[in-house]
Amino acid sequence: MTAASGLAAENSARLAPDWAAYLKDAALAALVAALLALPLMGLQTYDIGGGALGIRTHFDWVAIAAAAVFAGRLALRLWPRLHRRGDRRGDTAFARLAAWANRRLFAITLAGIALAVALPFLPFSSRYLIDLGTTVLIYVMLGWGLNVVVGLAGLLDLGYVAFYAVGAYTFALLARDFGFTFWEALPFSGLVAAGFGVILGFPVLRLRGDYLAIVTLGFGEIIRIVLLNWSPVTGGPNGISDIPRPSFLGLPFARSAPEGVTTFHQFFGLEFSPDQRVIFIYFVILTLALVTNLFTLRLRRLPIGRAWEALREDEVACRALGINPTNVKLSAFGIGAMLGGLAGCFFATRQGFISPESFAFTESATILAIVVLGGMGSQMGVVLAAILLVTLPEFGRAFAEFRMLIFGAAMVAIMVWRPRGLLAHREPSLRLGVRPSST
Amino acid sequence: MTRLPEDRQPLLAVEHLTMRFGGLVAISDLSFVAYPREITALIGPNGAGKTTVFNCLTGFYRPSAGRLAMQVNGESLLLERIDGFRIARQAGVARTFQNIRLFAGMTVLENLVVAQHNVLMRASMFSMAGLLGLPRYRSAERAAIERACHWLDKIGLTERADWTAGALPYGAQRRLEIARALCTGPALLCLDEPAAGLNPRESAELNELLLAIRAEEGITILLIEHDMSVVMGISDHIIVLDYGRKIADGTPAEVRADPNVIKAYLGEDEAETLLEEAFADHGIAPAPC
Repeated sequence: MTAASGLAAENSARLAPDWAAYLKDAALAALVAALLALPLMGLQTYDIGGGALGIRTHFDWVAIAAAAVFAGRLALRLWPRLHRRGDRRGDTAFARLAAWANRRLFAITLAGIALAVALPFLPFSSRYLIDLGTTVLIYVMLGWGLNVVVGLAGLLDLGYVAFYAVGAYTFALLARDFGFTFWEALPFSGLVAAGFGVILGFPVLRLRGDYLAIVTLGFGEIIRIVLLNWSPVTGGPNGISDIPRPSFLGLPFARSAPEGVTTFHQFFGLEFSPDQRVIFIYFVILTLALVTNLFTLRLRRLPIGRAWEALREDEVACRALGINPTNVKLSAFGIGAMLGGLAGCFFATRQGFISPESFAFTESATILAIVVLGGMGSQMGVVLAAILLVTLPEFGRAFAEFRMLIFGAAMVAIMVWRPRGLLAHREPSLRLGVRPSST
Repeated sequence: MTRLPEDRQPLLAVEHLTMRFGGLVAISDLSFVAYPREITALIGPNGAGKTTVFNCLTGFYRPSAGRLAMQVNGESLLLERIDGFRIARQAGVARTFQNIRLFAGMTVLENLVVAQHNVLMRASMFSMAGLLGLPRYRSAERAAIERACHWLDKIGLTERADWTAGALPYGAQRRLEIARALCTGPALLCLDEPAAGLNPRESAELNELLLAIRAEEGITILLIEHDMSVVMGISDHIIVLDYGRKIADGTPAEVRADPNVIKAYLGEDEAETLLEEAFADHGIAPAPC
């Protein structure tokens, strides 16, 4: 009785707001926000004519930012539930979402695929939406590919975009110099990228964690700089243009075809529309992404997939069990790179033009962010994170220069509430399914 | 002093093993043998070089000098010449670690199936047959699960097969690590302090498990242990190390009576009485000196 009442008193004491402390804390946060906002928002350069720059001040914006932070911080303190971290089981919306997504995995997958297939034919669908969908799917595929390396094998790769570039340039060069079509070049792009993956794998066999990240980062830059400077072959900063578009079983998407070639719209007796190609390209990447997904899911359930995960968990134990860590690592790098190369080949045919600019470090960072935000090793998480990371900046366009600020804030928020990723959940690769006997 | 029946050939013969790290001599001219189907214990005070011997045996260190000969199918295989990761497969030496090294994020069953990687990898034809789901791979996977279940049953974890290994209680993790090593199908099982951190009931269960492994599977066990109830209770043969040298070698009774051992463990004075008390605590009668 006394213990209980004591506890209750303690609880109410904890619940009663300590106004002085809260206000002090909020004021401190507002001060930090003001200091940050002063150069970021408070000062703006503008052209005063003759190429000279003047500075305009926006102290009102700084004040608004500081006030917003003050109010937000105070709100966090007053309602501690807002502040609670997600790793305490099941008390946030995303944890519930993750659990629900896991229970209904099959239904959600089917619904997702159905929606993806139907997307181009929905009444509100537009060329912009299909293009956006294509971009999302490229990132989904890259995310699933990188997931093999980072999520399963636990090898932090900051230069994944290098393989994407290798795949894209393989196709571009094969098309330019040897007249390959997209479908002919696709396997070569995968193979060449896989080869580069293994080449990168060899020097980094002994490295882990931070060291591995730095070397892979360097590798990514090497590829980009070679592409930039090897002008006779890669065209240098001008890149390679006129990359052939994919054809539908040999039927090109064009208004008029040269003599003897039937175009897609002629064959099917349709009116020509440039949207046909856009929709077809969307379906190509949808197929590639789904094949990637099936392939990696399948691999995960095979001995090689389990060895990847075992390597992530403990390399020393792997050795003691007779697993050759060299082969396991190289296969992870090779297969991850191959998937990146296939996505690169698709990217080249979609854009029709590639240059080293498309393969900067920020791309690697975005792909890695998709894997980490989604939840390491979670296929569904990658999809969700790719949609968020690609569409969020698009929605943000209305906010013009604050677009990236909102984007960054959203990423920080996700990492605060879901430190292990949006849908962090590991499904065992096999189950015995023994129910505990009633005890 | 050593019991050496002439008709038996040792499974493992360590000859003049020396391991130096720079100027430090961790093991100096160590020779001992382990006989098939016996439990051989390696004991000694902290820092005596016991784990270093294991690391040499399992390929984590390359010995500075000496030979480690393992009998495999009637042939003598030199462990120091084999790549570390090949030792488990070619020589049939499996080990556990002093600080448990399970694949903590994977399930209990997965831990045991990963240990059968090489067999499954061949059956899946380096993932080709596996990707296509050929019956050849599926039957191999079933066999691997069956083997895992056999050991799960032995260590009493069948009901928790789908648990994450890291979520198991400490004692169960120790048993699982032993089962994982056994799933590689070893001839020699090296256990590095399997009873560390176990309560008396758990270490009694461990004794039974190890005796069963030897009796039913015919697996030879090499054991590093500090828990004297385990060492004295189940070992056939004990080797005592101190500062990297062998100071005694024999049956538990012989080792217990050896003045060098008592000195190494307890110092010159009052050694005998303390040691006898220690043994008495574990219900072991002191040997006649």
